[in-house]
Amino acid sequence: MTAISREEVAHLAHLARINIADDQLEHFAKQLDAILDAVAQVSQVDTADVPAMSHPIPMTNVFREDIPVASLAPGAALAGAPAVEDSRFRVPRILDEE
Amino acid sequence: MAEALMKYDEAIANFDPVLGLEVHVELGTNTKMFCGCSTVFGAEPNTQVCPVCLGLPGALPALNRIGVESAIRIGLALNCEIATWCRFARKNYFYPDMPKNFQTSQYDEPIAFEGYLDVDIDTDEGPKTFRVPIERAHMEEDTGKNLHMGGATGRIHGADYSLVDYNRAGIPLIEIVTKPVEGTGKYAPEVAKAYVSALREILRGLGVSDVKMEQGSLRCDVNLSLRETPESKLGTRSETKNVNSLRSVERAVRYEVMRHAARLTAGERIVQETRHWHEDTGISTSGRSKEDAEDYRYFPEPDLMPIAPSREWVEELRANLPENPAVRRTRLTAAWNISDLEMQNLMNAGVLELVEAAVSAGMNPDAARKWYTGELARVANERGVEVEELGVTHVELSRIEALISEGALNDKLARQVLDGLIAGEGDVDSIVAGRGLAVVSDDGPLIEAIDAALAADPAVVETIKSGKLAAAGSVVGAVMKATRGQADAARVRELLFERLGVSE
Ligand SMILES: [Zn+2]
Repeated sequence: MTAISREEVAHLAHLARINIADDQLEHFAKQLDAILDAVAQVSQVDTADVPAMSHPIPMTNVFREDIPVASLAPGAALAGAPAVEDSRFRVPRILDEE
Repeated sequence: MAEALMKYDEAIANFDPVLGLEVHVELGTNTKMFCGCSTVFGAEPNTQVCPVCLGLPGALPALNRIGVESAIRIGLALNCEIATWCRFARKNYFYPDMPKNFQTSQYDEPIAFEGYLDVDIDTDEGPKTFRVPIERAHMEEDTGKNLHMGGATGRIHGADYSLVDYNRAGIPLIEIVTKPVEGTGKYAPEVAKAYVSALREILRGLGVSDVKMEQGSLRCDVNLSLRETPESKLGTRSETKNVNSLRSVERAVRYEVMRHAARLTAGERIVQETRHWHEDTGISTSGRSKEDAEDYRYFPEPDLMPIAPSREWVEELRANLPENPAVRRTRLTAAWNISDLEMQNLMNAGVLELVEAAVSAGMNPDAARKWYTGELARVANERGVEVEELGVTHVELSRIEALISEGALNDKLARQVLDGLIAGEGDVDSIVAGRGLAVVSDDGPLIEAIDAALAADPAVVETIKSGKLAAAGSVVGAVMKATRGQADAARVRELLFERLGVSE
């Protein structure tokens, strides 16, 4: 049985920039516990002879040549931005949260 | 607010400094690391962006071969091992200049590791070599550029909002990290500066980057800690960012030594934090605290295949590395029969490559040095550009030299030819013809000018005749002026003495 603490949930929520109310931390802690327990079943398999794997396809050195290709048309990049100023993405104050 | 500092000598008498340097170098590839967007500097904001470097959903990265090749070459030039197999990793954090919300970087599998760079510095006991151990060089990507609006100009603090340009996001970066550099004693600032300088020289020699610190294509973070004695365990370090000139590297180390020493002596502890260097005031200020360790949740990048450089590839790249700059300097100093100081002048003027190219094309080393460190360096300095950017080739300099030795040009006229070359008036011969620059070889006009000069200053005749030959200088000067520099000064002098019946 893993035991995710309220503090860990709050920390994860902060890293992911998700607002979770204090009274919900317990609720999510329990859910995360259940998920981790379910995934932990994998560790019951004997993997002593199985190398760790991050990429299922056995390929290496997949390169692109250093030749420029067309970028997005001017304006297209900014078209979906919530706010634009001077051909730049306008974002809220950065240091607000610190 | 300025913090308390201890005098440097006193600080060094009481503590042993340990350095660490992190250098980010922006590669000069044509395209970004993971997409084909152009990297040309100075484009309109957000015109060199695509779904990959904007982090749009579903976009997949594709790795730039030259980015990897450059990383391997840098590793080899820094005496590193090259990984036989390594991966990229995602470094997760939220910041508006990072549109994917992670930076594609390398974590515990850098492409190059365990190297060193030897640097020479002057000590009280003469020149000494320090070995700077290199922990790793890894590949990653640059971020976008923020403009902070409102509040104090350009500062993030107090800004109302920010504007982001992602043209730079995704440009290949190589981060080169040293191990703790120990044993420098009081020379820590000099070693730090010499390291960055030597590194820059190597990178320039490799042709992988334009390494312009002032434009941010080479950026340096300085880590520093103090301990009581070389045997004590490492102290807490501060990390000073934004150290963007060689002079600042030296100053920042010195400053941190003095600041740490003052704190430690006062019984305060050193906070592990990021500090910002201020070029204008020469101090650093506290930035982000690293008290709660950053939690980047690195994991292997699933969208990029591992890199397994074959040993054949690595050896081929090694075999084609340029000569080590320090070795090359020693060789050229001997070949050109010049002093260390003269070599240093070539380095400072940034013209070593140009002189070498000129000499290997057959130009006399002294003549090449004279032009590149003299007139060309002066003009470049005046205009705030590199000598190279003046666009004067050694072919043209050789032609000027040839005309001088034929007696068709003198130094003064040669400088005018140079002005013409820089102004783009054509090649040497057409400038000579076009500007009507030629040494007056006919004595007639010279004698006329001499007579005019003597008539204007009759007293000088007696002075020279009385044996004060130095007085001839003013007459020669007047003649040169009258002929707009087109006379051969030595011939004028000869003619003058002939006329006055004086022998030298
Ligand atoms: Zn792109």
